[in-house]
Amino acid sequence: MNNKSEAMFQFYSSQNLIFLTGRKAKNLEELLTGIKEVEEMSIYYHSHHYLEQREFLSPEPPNDFFYWITNDLQDKMLGEMVASIDLRQMNSLKEIQFKIIEVIEKSLMQNIEANLTNVSPGEEFLFMSVRSFVYPTKYTASNLSEFRYCLKTVPLNSIYFHFFGTRFNKSLPSLSDWLSASLNEAELAQKFEKIDPYTITLENLREVLIRLVEKRLVEKNNV
Amino acid sequence: MSKIKEYEKFVGADVINELEFYAGKLAGIKIQNINSTSVGGGVAEILARMIPMLRELGINAYWDVIKGGEKFFEITKKMHNALHGQQVTYSDEEISLYLQTNENNAREMKLNGDIMFIHDPQPCALIKYKQGDEQKWIWRGHVDFSNPEMFTWNFLKEYIEQYDVSVFSAPSFAHRLRIPQVLISPSIDPLSEKNIDLPQETVDSVLEKFNIDKNRPLVTQISRFDYLKDPIGVVKVYKLVKKYIDFQLVLAGGGATDDPEGAKVLAEVQEVAANDPDIFLLLLPPASDIEINALQCASNVILQKSLREGFGLTVAEALWKSKPVIAGAVGGIPLQVTHKYSGLLTYTIEGTAFALRQLLQNPAYAKKLGQNGHEQIRKNFLITRHLRDYMLLFLSLLHKTENVVFL
Repeated sequence: MNNKSEAMFQFYSSQNLIFLTGRKAKNLEELLTGIKEVEEMSIYYHSHHYLEQREFLSPEPPNDFFYWITNDLQDKMLGEMVASIDLRQMNSLKEIQFKIIEVIEKSLMQNIEANLTNVSPGEEFLFMSVRSFVYPTKYTASNLSEFRYCLKTVPLNSIYFHFFGTRFNKSLPSLSDWLSASLNEAELAQKFEKIDPYTITLENLREVLIRLVEKRLVEKNNV
Repeated sequence: MSKIKEYEKFVGADVINELEFYAGKLAGIKIQNINSTSVGGGVAEILARMIPMLRELGINAYWDVIKGGEKFFEITKKMHNALHGQQVTYSDEEISLYLQTNENNAREMKLNGDIMFIHDPQPCALIKYKQGDEQKWIWRGHVDFSNPEMFTWNFLKEYIEQYDVSVFSAPSFAHRLRIPQVLISPSIDPLSEKNIDLPQETVDSVLEKFNIDKNRPLVTQISRFDYLKDPIGVVKVYKLVKKYIDFQLVLAGGGATDDPEGAKVLAEVQEVAANDPDIFLLLLPPASDIEINALQCASNVILQKSLREGFGLTVAEALWKSKPVIAGAVGGIPLQVTHKYSGLLTYTIEGTAFALRQLLQNPAYAKKLGQNGHEQIRKNFLITRHLRDYMLLFLSLLHKTENVVFL
């Protein structure tokens, strides 16, 4: 085991307070205008809130824009294109916002009539937003064994926060930052970085993380 | 064991620790709740559970009820119906009486909370008596605002926009407002008499008390006798299904002091029911929670055929008891019921009758819907989630600018 003195990792968790904007879109053009004009936290909400809910209801739509375009506007091709935007490659909410705009604008240019289709009253897209409240949990880790224990026991929201919350707000270190900087576990950190958290449930994500850490612990014990 | 710890068995210890953490951040803040009735209806019920829990967590929360005469509550009932879309008109005297009653209450009450939490339209105009910018005011709308009658909405909006923040129960209730709008769904309390597990003998004795046959299928709708809950529609559903399936129907509900319309609606339902011995119309007195619980437990299917709905907590209560639910797709009901996953959503009398035939004849399917519904409620609609949202709301007023707040 590595006995060097290591900085403690504090596990945080977060909860969201959801805000309603009163803004609605009844067709693709209004959706596009809305996406251009809403604040970044609205983009965050509509592209990420399903991830926190996936633990109990599956399959959930990859994001609200996809769901509405596919099910209410009935544009399955555009829906699929929006759903398949690779959020893992996006480093900021602005980038996600631009990418969604780009995909919808391209579709509108190819299919002018699409922007004229209105959904029925009551089926409009409702723009929402969110404020996140981050708080420290009682879980801390100073080495890899403790880290494994914490991964097994922290609330799922904490796993969510350290994977998604820290992606767009760099004021706290991510799990991989800490592994690399404090435990000198660059290889393990890299494996964490390569995980695609957008296509698995949080509970599955937890299992993947635990497996990677356990494998590393076995390797270290065998050295 | 403290009361709050008793919820661990439903939601886990981490959730309770989290609530305690938020409460610590709100220490010393006075939170004054004001509504228009202390008994009857969902708002009073939630406050009666919520205030003691907030206090146990160390938050100085308290609850006052405005006073108003019969005429005042007739006006506010009219407002209630108008917010649900009904066309109404008000005389100048009615508007004056509404404002005067708010003014009288503002004079008689001490509006001394650091955070003033005002519930529903009845006390909405109290905002005129806000004491300085330091005091934060929240207006909480509990009813369905998706398609309000415009005069009433614009009248209230003038006051609502003077608040610091507003709260609604469902996304579709939002309107363009000059103040922030927060989404907070209501909740049920698994430890309340309405929702605790009951011994079979208690359930049986309640059925016996109302002369309901425990050996024949039972379908129940629990709600106030209110046109918007469509009790007459429910009796029509019963008549359509009864042609094929033998069952009993219970329509049971209490009255609220701020709802003068109940007796009239009940009389109309009695007329349509026409003394059918298998239809039980039960006007329950306050404090009938055990009876309501028992009726829900004994039911094969629960209906909530609302035409408009603030949220429809009776749906959450039924799902918590793992009962299959058929409900109108209005207000907050679609948040609780995912169609064909945790219940069935319907739009018409005929559709509800068809769904009822399906569930009464397919008990395995009905059971699965009920089980999924229970989990849906456990995760999203228990009082612990509601407490958390309220505390985050209070904290948001103390941290007004940041999108991500580090506590």
